[in-house]
Amino acid sequence: MTRFSKFTALFLLAAVPFLDLPDYYMHVLILILIWGFVYTGWSIMGRFGLVSLGHGAFLGIGGYTVGMLWNFYGITPWLGIPIALILATIVALIVGYPCFQFRIIGHYFALVTLALAEVVRLVIIGMRDYTGGSLGMTPQRYGEGMSVYAFQFVEKDYFYVIVLLSWVFGIWVWNLVDGSMARYSMEAISDDEDASASVGINVTREKLKITILSAWLTAFGGVLYGQYQMYLNPDTIAGISVSLQIVFASIVGGMYVALGPTVGAVITILLSESLRILVGVELAGLDGTIYGIMLILFIIFLPRGILGSGWAKPLEILRFPKDKPG
Amino acid sequence: MLELNNLTAGYGSFQALFSVNLEVKDGEAIAVIGPNGAGKTTLLRTISGMLPVQSGNLSMEGTSLKDVPPYRIIDLGIAHVPENRRLFPSMSIEDNLRMGAFTPNARPHYEERLDFIFNLFPRLKERRSQIAGTLSGGEQQMCAIGRALMSSPKLLLMDEPSAGLAPVIVNQVFQLVQQIRDQGLTVLIVEQNIEQVLQIVDRAYLMEVGSIKISGKAGELIQSESLRKAYVGL
Repeated sequence: MTRFSKFTALFLLAAVPFLDLPDYYMHVLILILIWGFVYTGWSIMGRFGLVSLGHGAFLGIGGYTVGMLWNFYGITPWLGIPIALILATIVALIVGYPCFQFRIIGHYFALVTLALAEVVRLVIIGMRDYTGGSLGMTPQRYGEGMSVYAFQFVEKDYFYVIVLLSWVFGIWVWNLVDGSMARYSMEAISDDEDASASVGINVTREKLKITILSAWLTAFGGVLYGQYQMYLNPDTIAGISVSLQIVFASIVGGMYVALGPTVGAVITILLSESLRILVGVELAGLDGTIYGIMLILFIIFLPRGILGSGWAKPLEILRFPKDKPG
Repeated sequence: MLELNNLTAGYGSFQALFSVNLEVKDGEAIAVIGPNGAGKTTLLRTISGMLPVQSGNLSMEGTSLKDVPPYRIIDLGIAHVPENRRLFPSMSIEDNLRMGAFTPNARPHYEERLDFIFNLFPRLKERRSQIAGTLSGGEQQMCAIGRALMSSPKLLLMDEPSAGLAPVIVNQVFQLVQQIRDQGLTVLIVEQNIEQVLQIVDRAYLMEVGSIKISGKAGELIQSESLRKAYVGL
């Protein structure tokens, strides 16, 4: 993707609020950007074989920490966000350190993280006096719901700008990792941990770094989602289903390409929205079924995702040049 | 350069090395020979920090290697060419070599070392962008040795460089080792291919079930009656 086309695309995206689109379209765009950001955060570690099936945990930690600090102590999200990131770091360390130190890799690592997502969901439900349990919770509205201090923006145009900036930041971080030595060391580690250690890579530390970075982005995505929806529910923001949705979308879009996860967000959100409109709520599980079938087909036939695959010539413009060979 | 004193190591409760004494002097080429399961690979893995020392001592140029994590060993001047080569199969030759100069100390010398390796092994230069997993066994061994040399080590540990290769290629691999010796590098090589390895090293140690049985000059060992009977089959 050339510099010119990048700036043109950014300019077009930045111009969207001036188009005066109906609220619903803005809503879909905001969702795509929030989830595109979260999926990008996941793929930062997922592309190196660190397949986490538990990133919902970090979403939940982000959303609930900020929401609860606000509701119970009146602490502004500007302080709540760093606290949420610290909590996400602690959880990432508690799960990551033993896994990486004791060489829990591949499928085993995925299973550990799967448990993590469920633990966080159950903790949220269990603390129902504070979190509202499975009924969810609503961050208290501040004044008219338009406040920088409370990080609440009822006007969709404002929130759109915030999520657009966050998403651009996420892509920037993805590219930063892609162009760094960390990428080489992580690729080496995913190829052979012993050989990596023998050339001087501190395997545990490298894996922890990338995991914490990914946890930060995901937790921040949880904050964005909570502050946008102004409603938090353990089933939509923590637990297995959202964690699997993150993995699914990133794989479908292409986790080895910067914009792949975002393309995954476009596909999943358009799919679930159009199913909701066309079929309605009568077949409530239909989108999940279609995801499942698509995921199987993608893993078999297109493991590098839509953007990552050679046949996607028309989409090539969206690829960044530094793509993994092979 | 490298000194092992009464070194004991193993896997959990299983002891694989029993008070091993071994010394490698500056500029020497040393072979550790012996049958399968003698503990030769364990010995190299202990030196490069992948297995913990249970008792005894090992030191490199006076620095104790006890409790040094594996990723720090390379900065002490020890590079390991692991058993079965262990390249990064999805990376190109060049990226494999780049990983060899990964540590902050080695990184500034990357270009210079790359030229050196490409001079030593022109074949690698021809195929620099080929994915390592698609190389032949001999080329992979070349790449593995090249990767280890990228960090400008003082001591090269080689674990069965001839294993799993066709006889013709085995000869080439021993020529590679000879070439590396000619560069003045100190080499500790573990081999089962006793006859050939004894022709290119100065001294050798014979290991059996975790301890050193015989040691001596390569020329003398190859004449040794007991060794010939037991291992060379003559």
